[in-house]
Amino acid sequence: MSFVFGMHIMEGFLPMKWAALWSIAALPFIIAGCRQIAGVVREEPKLLALLAFAGAFVFVLSSLKMPSVTGSCSHPTGVGLGAILFGPGAMVILGMIVLLFQALLLAHGGITTLGANVFSMAIVGPFVAYGVYRLMSKLGAPQGLSVFSGAALGSLITYLVTAAQLALAHPAEVGGFYASLVKFAAIFGVTQIPISIAEGLLTVMVMNLLMAYSRDEIESLSLLRNGGSIHVNN
Amino acid sequence: MSIIKKNVILLFMILALLVYALVVNQGAEFGGADGEAESVIAETSPDYTPWFQPLWEPPSGEIESLLFSVQASVGVGFICYYLGYRACLRRKEREPKCD
Repeated sequence: MSFVFGMHIMEGFLPMKWAALWSIAALPFIIAGCRQIAGVVREEPKLLALLAFAGAFVFVLSSLKMPSVTGSCSHPTGVGLGAILFGPGAMVILGMIVLLFQALLLAHGGITTLGANVFSMAIVGPFVAYGVYRLMSKLGAPQGLSVFSGAALGSLITYLVTAAQLALAHPAEVGGFYASLVKFAAIFGVTQIPISIAEGLLTVMVMNLLMAYSRDEIESLSLLRNGGSIHVNN
Repeated sequence: MSIIKKNVILLFMILALLVYALVVNQGAEFGGADGEAESVIAETSPDYTPWFQPLWEPPSGEIESLLFSVQASVGVGFICYYLGYRACLRRKEREPKCD
């Protein structure tokens, strides 16, 4: 049996009960995400291109497996950018589409582990990215630093959630959940540290371009309009 | 600082991170992190057998990298189309005469 390397939980590697549990946990977020995207389509159809842009960013970044200081590879998630622009709900759907594509065509992740992978990469990641970004903006951090921190932490915590999901399903015989968590976190978490930093920097680069070329679209995102957290230097 | 300058600096920071990872681990395999996770599962749950197999797997590493490249290029294609389109719109706003 040959395994294709990827960074999500592999097909069949979560026992049925955990696979079901994570799928059920992801469901309400998926429904809320559909509603949020439907809201964008209805109220601000001109923002669809920017939404597609955020989706394309996830598509590209999750295909780039990068070398890490641990001597293994992992890939960025790309969900931070869209979460910062549109809020985390929209990214649940965009992230899920990418995970589905990779599960079906690349044997990367899986159908039975889709719920768990959606939960880590498309729910926790975007919520962390969005939360950190908003918090830092409120505290008066420069926009670049807020974007960097949001995207980088969202990416890192995605993989810590993956480690926790695996540890819950496969606790060590000695030491149980925590002993397993330490092992999985050492693999996924430590590998992801430099890659999260790279993702944070790349997200700042793309945000710089968007601020230069799509200022009006970004301003019309009601989310940012209410928060007033985007500063435009022109 | 202009955007180009900022982004070139950021790009070099990213490259430095990746090159550093390659340089400090010259003997390493650079396999996927999930491959290592599998060996941990084999340790913690030695009796565990995956209960579901991927419906379809790329028949070779070449086909797999083809599909990954397709994924990346479709994404980059749209990103560049969008940025080019927006850059052109902005230029037209600034210089209405230059079509």
